[in-house]
Amino acid sequence: MKRTVNESRRAFLKATAAAGGGLLIAFRIPGALRFAEAATASSAQVNAFVKIGTDNIVTVVIGQSEMGQGVWTSIPMMLAEELEADWSKIRVEQGGVDPAFANPRYVGFRAQGGFQGTGGSSSVRNVGVNVRKAGAAARQMLITAAAQGWGVNEEECYAEKNMVIHRPSGKKLSYGSLAEKAAKVPLPKYVPLKNPQDFKIIGKSLPLLDTPSKVSGKTVYGIDVKVPGMLVATVAQCPVFGGKAASFNADKAKAIKGVRHVVQISSGIAVVADDFWSAKKGRDALEITWDEGPLAKVSQADLFKSFAELSQKPGAVRRNDGDVEKALKEAAKKIEAVYEVPFVAHVCMEPMNATAQWRGDSVEIWAPTQAQSWTQAAVAKHTGLPPEKIKINTTFLGGGFGRRLYWDFAIDAVETSKAVGAPVKVIWTREDDIQHDFYRPASYNVLAAGLDEKGMPVAWKHRIVGTSILQYFPPFSHLLRKDGMDPTSVGGAGDIFPYNVPNVYVDYTLHNPGVPSGFWRSVGNSQNAFIMESFMDELAAAARKDAFEYRLQLLKNPRDKGVLELAAHKAKWGSPLPAGVYRGIAEHFSYNSYCAQVAEVSVGRDGKAKVHRIVAAADPGWVVHPERFKAQIESGILYGLSGALFGEITIKNGRVEQSNFDNYPVPRMSDMPKIEVYILQGEGEQGGAGEPGVPSASPAVANAIFAATGKRIRKLPVRAEDLRTA
Amino acid sequence: MIAFTVNGNKVRVDVAPDTPLLWVLRDTVGLTGTKYGCGIAQCGACTVHLDGEPIRSCTTPVSQAAGRQVLTIEGLSRNNSHPVQKAWIAEDVPQCGYCQSGQIMTTVALLAKIKNPSDAEIDEALAGNICRCGTYNGVRRAVHRAAKLMGA
Ligand code: FES
Ligand code: FES
Repeated sequence: MKRTVNESRRAFLKATAAAGGGLLIAFRIPGALRFAEAATASSAQVNAFVKIGTDNIVTVVIGQSEMGQGVWTSIPMMLAEELEADWSKIRVEQGGVDPAFANPRYVGFRAQGGFQGTGGSSSVRNVGVNVRKAGAAARQMLITAAAQGWGVNEEECYAEKNMVIHRPSGKKLSYGSLAEKAAKVPLPKYVPLKNPQDFKIIGKSLPLLDTPSKVSGKTVYGIDVKVPGMLVATVAQCPVFGGKAASFNADKAKAIKGVRHVVQISSGIAVVADDFWSAKKGRDALEITWDEGPLAKVSQADLFKSFAELSQKPGAVRRNDGDVEKALKEAAKKIEAVYEVPFVAHVCMEPMNATAQWRGDSVEIWAPTQAQSWTQAAVAKHTGLPPEKIKINTTFLGGGFGRRLYWDFAIDAVETSKAVGAPVKVIWTREDDIQHDFYRPASYNVLAAGLDEKGMPVAWKHRIVGTSILQYFPPFSHLLRKDGMDPTSVGGAGDIFPYNVPNVYVDYTLHNPGVPSGFWRSVGNSQNAFIMESFMDELAAAARKDAFEYRLQLLKNPRDKGVLELAAHKAKWGSPLPAGVYRGIAEHFSYNSYCAQVAEVSVGRDGKAKVHRIVAAADPGWVVHPERFKAQIESGILYGLSGALFGEITIKNGRVEQSNFDNYPVPRMSDMPKIEVYILQGEGEQGGAGEPGVPSASPAVANAIFAATGKRIRKLPVRAEDLRTA
Repeated sequence: MIAFTVNGNKVRVDVAPDTPLLWVLRDTVGLTGTKYGCGIAQCGACTVHLDGEPIRSCTTPVSQAAGRQVLTIEGLSRNNSHPVQKAWIAEDVPQCGYCQSGQIMTTVALLAKIKNPSDAEIDEALAGNICRCGTYNGVRRAVHRAAKLMGA
């Protein structure tokens, strides 16, 4: 894996002297960059990848958002590895918005300079390589500086633990003492990255750098931001999607002690006070007449009725291998099923919030965001300010899961601050958070498969009718095809078809009366894997074959097979279980990682499903931090179960019926199964960690429920009423 | 004016007596380690101790704290030296970390009552503490470890 530092046309490293002395390695992006051009020059020092101080401290600046996935540790590990840094000398800083931090994951957006954001399980596998290049370049420059000083050949020197060492003489100099000099060394044109067998830091589960502050209560999340003179606001939004305030009376609100202003902003009526509670009381006292708009009649039942009607007609084609209709006609056996998936909410533990300080010709924002570039671009569009006048400070995120790829909460803060002329922190209540989310799409799925005499599938047809993610994400709207195909919502259901079936047809019909739909951890994969892997189980059952053997025989890719076999082996597939406990299995590839899971489930006479244990096997190519990788898979599993066994969002009269944890249940400690995660490190490109644990969890559990009860789960969430036997 | 003690320090606050203790701690006293997650005593993110008992500060009016002792995550130790914090670090429990103050405060109260809790007792004590990142197994391990550190 030799890669040059400066090979890429997109990005060049840049080395300079740091303000307080020392060496600084930054990225420079050539060519015009629309939204962040000027920010580069002014903020290069802040947004360097690495600063090596004369005090021998190595500061790693990260542009990714930390939301529990561990980038505050894994990104520094990748840098320290190539830099040959002393891990105890590593410090971490959060960078601002800068093209340097553009996420190479968003390859389609190179023309716009790339986007800085954290999503798609991409930090380590896509951003990491840039960070490694920066580390490698810095190491080389430090070595050059030392060799020049000693008057020796560079080849005789090597670096180790923040030291450059001259091998023949044993002379040593610390990075700190070399930093100033190294800043004057020209940036090397070519530095190979290390081979994995030489890794000293990557592959170790080092203590996480952000844990100590998280157990002391000192970590600053968005909701904890304090700015001098700051007021706190909460916004009354129309309960109906797309509705607006027709009129309002703020007299009672203003009478509440602590309430300073009541202002109308695009999303509703903001009550601005000295503190949150006064703002909340003020909001409760507002008298608002809503113009509920055209969506006031939208309801869940109608939505699914329309879905069913639309499923009679063909949609936009996603995949068409062979001749599925002919194969279905000629098959020895035909299996048909309909699967329904509801909207679900993200419910990050930290409700949405942001702080903004409007300064007339510029604005500064503090936000728990996954989407620095998109937020900056959206604020620019909204305010008319040039992007370089929009400063974004990324705080720690109390969960992201895709919800914080949106910027609605940041716009609230910017508009409110502008309206009242003071810095304002806008805090959404949990109710706001649940009722104004971008929900995982609801969908209606008609499946048909044909089996041959031996019970093996010869045809697979999957028709999806559902709401669209891309429709609600303007930056990606060009990916929404003219024929209505949303490849994101259909993700995992046909872009790759893992099984050896000669005739496969997948189509999609977009239908949405206006319920915001969005990226929900693992996106299309989370629901489509549920549907596909449940239906695959139906085929195995119809063929009277073992669900594991059946899949193994049909999977094409050896890495899919590898994780399936490992999970089955570790779970002792086929061995006896305690009375009443049954197994289910599922496998799915997403974000370049393969993940199979075996679930052990029992269903009580009351119909309640209890997940006892999940054994997962994942192949992400290679990992940086094995324990955090496992923790992410475990986290993804529980998130997947949350969307399958717990809450559902339903729409009535254009509004969400649920509002808080009392009516939108999420898994609690007693719901947590034992989880074992096994990593298969094979060949190939690195895969993601944050999302790939999600998709196979719900079908593994649903398939185990079938094994336990003989009842197939074709509608989420799983309901005790449907499984009750007493 | 309502007077009470937070982490050993006397405070006097001029707020409406029905203001939840949570918001007084966060906005008036300035201690933001205690988190808002639901506001209706469902999630446990706001857990603090009132005279040693774990309570949901989001539904506890500050008037109830008058003259009493409040302990928040910031008051556990100056340097993460509390055994529960040590156990949490050793197990690297937090993911996003947002729920962890509540998990830790509930655990501290649990271990004061039950020196060596079983898994079932842990599940019961922490049933009111939601973690959306799914750190529950890590929390359980850390509770056991903390119990050991505390000499159970
Ligand atoms: S914020 Fe108090 S229990 Fe959720
Ligand atoms: S660690 Fe994120 S909510 Fe618990």
